Amino acid sequence: MAEPLLRVEKLVRRFGGIVATDNVSLDVAAGELHAIIGPNGAGKTTLISQLTGHLEPHSGSVSLAGRDITYLPAYRRCALGLARSFQITSLLLDFTAADNVALAAQAHAGTSFRFFANARKERSLRDAAHAALDRVGLLHRADVVVNRLSHGERRELELAVALASKPKLLLLDEPMAGLGVTESQRMVKLLQELRKEVSIVLVEHDMPAVFALADRITVLVYGRVIASGDPAAIRANEDVKRAYLGDQHVVTHHG
Amino acid sequence: MKSFTVSKAVTALVLAGLVLLPLYSQLSGNIFILTLFTRIIILALAAASLNLIMGFGGMMSFGHAAYLGIGGYAVGMLAQEGVGSGFIQFPVALAASAMYALVIGALSLRTRGVYFIMITLAFAQMAYYVASGLARYGGDDGLTVYKRSDFSGLIDLSNRTQFYYLCLACLLGVVFLIWRIVNSRFGLVVQGLRSNEQRMQAIGFPAKRYQLVCFVISGTMCGLAGALLANNTDFVSPAVMYWTRSGDLMVMVILGGMGTLFGPIMGAVVFLLLEEFLSQITEYWALIMGPLLLLIVLFGRGGIMGMLGRAGRG
Repeated sequence: MAEPLLRVEKLVRRFGGIVATDNVSLDVAAGELHAIIGPNGAGKTTLISQLTGHLEPHSGSVSLAGRDITYLPAYRRCALGLARSFQITSLLLDFTAADNVALAAQAHAGTSFRFFANARKERSLRDAAHAALDRVGLLHRADVVVNRLSHGERRELELAVALASKPKLLLLDEPMAGLGVTESQRMVKLLQELRKEVSIVLVEHDMPAVFALADRITVLVYGRVIASGDPAAIRANEDVKRAYLGDQHVVTHHG
Repeated sequence: MKSFTVSKAVTALVLAGLVLLPLYSQLSGNIFILTLFTRIIILALAAASLNLIMGFGGMMSFGHAAYLGIGGYAVGMLAQEGVGSGFIQFPVALAASAMYALVIGALSLRTRGVYFIMITLAFAQMAYYVASGLARYGGDDGLTVYKRSDFSGLIDLSNRTQFYYLCLACLLGVVFLIWRIVNSRFGLVVQGLRSNEQRMQAIGFPAKRYQLVCFVISGTMCGLAGALLANNTDFVSPAVMYWTRSGDLMVMVILGGMGTLFGPIMGAVVFLLLEEFLSQITEYWALIMGPLLLLIVLFGRGGIMGMLGRAGRG
């Protein structure tokens, strides 16, 4: 098997006495959509934060395309092709949608230590922004200030911002969180399109969406991987069933 | 948006007034008003520089008056040592301010929020006490500048009108620069960091180095105001660095409208005119000034520019 795009090895992160990430290892191959699921408090967001560089692990390693990125700051990882969306929407609220995306494009197009020319008139940046907005179906809202966008639109804008940096790997932290039924369906359709272009790690609670989208699924419970495999295998897995039916102690003993 | 608005009209009026002021002063024989407005323009320049980091960059520096002192002392100390040329004094004033901003910024930007406010304040107070200890340069009593900066016949700083226009040109030049900066790539990054630092890191911008460069640009601009101020008063003392002066600058920015191009000018004009006229009426002018400012800040969201903007929309 070729070098995986993302390799996580024996990652450990503790908060006081609680082991939030307990010896987690997983590989994401290029082109794969890899979903991470687990009950509340399973340590999904803690894991994602270590992948993006917002949190340092206590031991273990993370590598992207063969390069060790375990202790790189977030902005350096982004330069290497790792983009993320936030579970709780995190955008520049007083900027327009187009500005939000154009800034992401700007971060990957030469130096930003330019003090004189009007950046909003840079054709290449505006074009990149509009292309990414078009990709998620938000082009008609390009000049609207984010404050005035709906929650669903903001989730789509998060995706556009992530796409504008032309990432190799997209980390999506609950992109469906808080979306209505139709909005969720649109998001699933959108992700189905995007997965053709970019590898994706998807953390999500919406099980139908996960099973419809994922090539492989990793299940976390109490910070540990209890199962990893394709959707059919996960569906049939006894430990996973038990975890979701609530008897988590049994699962951790099996661990 | 090239439409006519109330705020644009008022801004244009104020600018036109500033340009024509020397004419009025000459015709009416009122020299005092020219002196007063020279001071207002210099402090407006300082406020504009503070607005770059505070309004656009979201960095609440509470030690901005330090640069007024550093710029001023550069001029005063060089003059004392016999270096009277403005071509040396002004670059030294700017360079010294930039150096100070670089060191203070690098240390202060490790902190956020209230801590940033407190640490910038602390450094400015340190500068104040260092200046007070400079026995050779007057210490506590300050330093008289016997001869204004000499620009070898190019411009005469002792001529009130010429000096006034030099200050006005510096102010407009700085505002022009700030206008270019805030719309540039760099400016957008700095404003993005004000809005959401976590998001900016995630899309690939290292926050601190952009903020530090912005901090240095702002400090250098304020150093220019300091050099002009020393020439204006023919005197520089530790008092220009005192924390109340930093507070005055912050009030001017907030009063005028944070993060607006001309807000600091409006703020400086209104603040200093109020101070001037109220202090003529009563010794206890601060008793009126304080509540007045409080009311404007409480009910006039966005300061003067904000109120004018709302007036424009009816």
